[in-house]
Amino acid sequence: MRQYFGRKLLIYGLTFVVAVTVNWMIPRFMPGDPVASMLARSRVSQPAAVEAMRAYYTNLFGFDQPIWQQYLNFWGALFQGDFGISIWVFPTPVADVILGAVPYTLGLMIPAVLLSYWIGNRLGAFAARRKLLDNTVLPVGYVLTAMPYMWLAVILAWGLGVTAGWFPVAGGYSFALQPSWSWAFLVNLLHHWTLPFLSLFVVALGGWAIGMRNMIIYELESDYSNYLAALGAPTRLIRRYAFRNAILPQITGLALQLGVLVAGALVTEIVFSYPGLGSLILKAIQNQDFFLLQGTFMFIVIGVLLANFIIDIVYVIVDPRTRAGMAGAA
Amino acid sequence: MSLRVNDLRVHYRTLRGEVKALDGVSFGMADGEILGLAGESGCGKTTLGKSLIRMDGRMRHAGGTVELDGRELPVGDDRAMVAFRFHEVSLIPQYSMSAMNPTRRIGRMVGELLRSRGVTLDVKELESRLDLVGLPRDVLGRYPIELSGGMKQRMVMVISTLLDPSLLIADEITSALDVSTQQAVAKALLGFRESGYVKSMIFITHDLALTSHIADTIMVMYAGRLAEKAPSDRLTKAPRHPYTRLLINSLPEIGVRHQDRKLTGIPGSPPSLLDPPKGCRFRDRCPMAGEECAEDPPPVEIEPNHFVACWKA
Ligand SMILES: Nc1ncnc2c1ncn2[C@@H]1O[C@H](COP(=O)(O)OP(=O)(O)O)[C@@H](O)[C@H]1O
Ligand code: SF4
Ligand SMILES: [Mg+2]
Repeated sequence: MRQYFGRKLLIYGLTFVVAVTVNWMIPRFMPGDPVASMLARSRVSQPAAVEAMRAYYTNLFGFDQPIWQQYLNFWGALFQGDFGISIWVFPTPVADVILGAVPYTLGLMIPAVLLSYWIGNRLGAFAARRKLLDNTVLPVGYVLTAMPYMWLAVILAWGLGVTAGWFPVAGGYSFALQPSWSWAFLVNLLHHWTLPFLSLFVVALGGWAIGMRNMIIYELESDYSNYLAALGAPTRLIRRYAFRNAILPQITGLALQLGVLVAGALVTEIVFSYPGLGSLILKAIQNQDFFLLQGTFMFIVIGVLLANFIIDIVYVIVDPRTRAGMAGAA
Repeated sequence: MSLRVNDLRVHYRTLRGEVKALDGVSFGMADGEILGLAGESGCGKTTLGKSLIRMDGRMRHAGGTVELDGRELPVGDDRAMVAFRFHEVSLIPQYSMSAMNPTRRIGRMVGELLRSRGVTLDVKELESRLDLVGLPRDVLGRYPIELSGGMKQRMVMVISTLLDPSLLIADEITSALDVSTQQAVAKALLGFRESGYVKSMIFITHDLALTSHIADTIMVMYAGRLAEKAPSDRLTKAPRHPYTRLLINSLPEIGVRHQDRKLTGIPGSPPSLLDPPKGCRFRDRCPMAGEECAEDPPPVEIEPNHFVACWKA
């Protein structure tokens, strides 16, 4: 057990280091000069002033140091939660910009992931080996999972937003409102949240339903199911066991899908101009704000790794099959 | 007579047609009898065993009747069979190693299974049966994966016989075990009969040598049909069917075991059961085959309790 977690921790640690390094490298070796773009934006025309500002910015961003020093500084800053200063909304720290967007992304993703996981698995389990349901859930599920997140988002935005006019298609809340804890604002927030949530939820739902349906069929054909049936156990008991045994590996599926789900959420946010991390990435690219881009990626990588690690631990704790296998191996 | 099987026919539905895995088998078993069921792999032993308790989705009851303790077993009716399963007919499956739900502690699984059959678990009784097969009582608190192969085998034996069935079907339960464990399992089965946990038993194996130690009667099947059935010592000492004789002759010396030598000793292979040829099915491989063998040989009781399906027996 300890050996297993030790190995896992090592793998996650390595992944983290590689991710940080790549993340550090990308903006530095990408074409374009952040300082130049800052200068261009501030529209200063006197050459002397330009030089002074260049020196100021270069120093501020630490570009005047040797490259290895920059790399070490990057790590040091990272552990202090310091991602640098945003160019797009200069001089707000990147961390603050990100923290402002994170609630929107999490508010979108967590309910979408949990609900689609829960409902999708129930649906798939229920449909498995039930002719009529299976014949509807299966094709619908395949269509849904095969659909790119962006697609469904665009369809929903066009259908329920633009054409039907039921939901707003842009923003996290109406610009006329100020964020507050009032009912009016919360309702407005929810109204804007509905379509992006739905497009994430629906696509993920299909995937879980199909995965679960296949897992359940596999479990129902397994030896322990046959043995129980031979001893006259009712279908209810056999299905209950099958569900439990199938849902456990689905937890691993959740870990595997997490990256895809995050990517889906980012794209969906962009479609709906939803003020989360996805929109932030778009803004960062449009404004050549390397620090913001870097910080956002860093934040996402840490988030996904952490979530994966937690899922790994949960899986080992809830599934006796992996636990005993490890006891044997250790 | 505890079990009476009449002209039982069971087919597998496949894309290429029906595989006639059981093509008219008749036999009887007395109360308390252990019947050893032998024959090459693919001759229909498992099919016969499953037919008596639960057919899978691909199996079809194509004809014949089964009677257990004077009552007709509705073998072709999955729902009607439920009442008999576990209570009257039980099974130790070929796949004992994976027969228990891997994510439930064994004791809990047994409790849930019994409750689902409307029986409350008698822990004392269960524990005394564990003692009988030499399993520590704490296995009930463990997951199946924490047991060795032999322990799983014995655990499944205990579970299957918990409701004292009239007929127990044990399918190849010794094949995966080493010789000493095989003997322990065989002894446990005999112990179960002595203690009255089971009345009669069908012991399926392709290992004739082992069968003769534990069975009262041996039935040899060939290609979905009965070839010969006789009391154990008669069948091993004075076999009458050419197939049985070849099987016995190819038995290794006592004490020496060559897993493979036994049945590969007979050249050729059994006919396809998709569309079996007319006449005796052993004809292609039979050293004594003649003209009359183009007709189906019916099983004949040539001596009391000694049935042979061969024109030349
Ligand atoms: N699911 C199945 N579908 C089609 N044919 C099958 C199936 N299971 C078994 N059979 C066929 O039925 C025959 C008897 O099989 P089985 O009863 O398993 O033999 P045994 O237990 O004696 O080895 C074999 O010829 C086998 O090919
Ligand atoms: S009936 Fe003929 S072919 Fe069949 S076993 Fe007897 S002798 Fe051989
Ligand atoms: Mg078999």
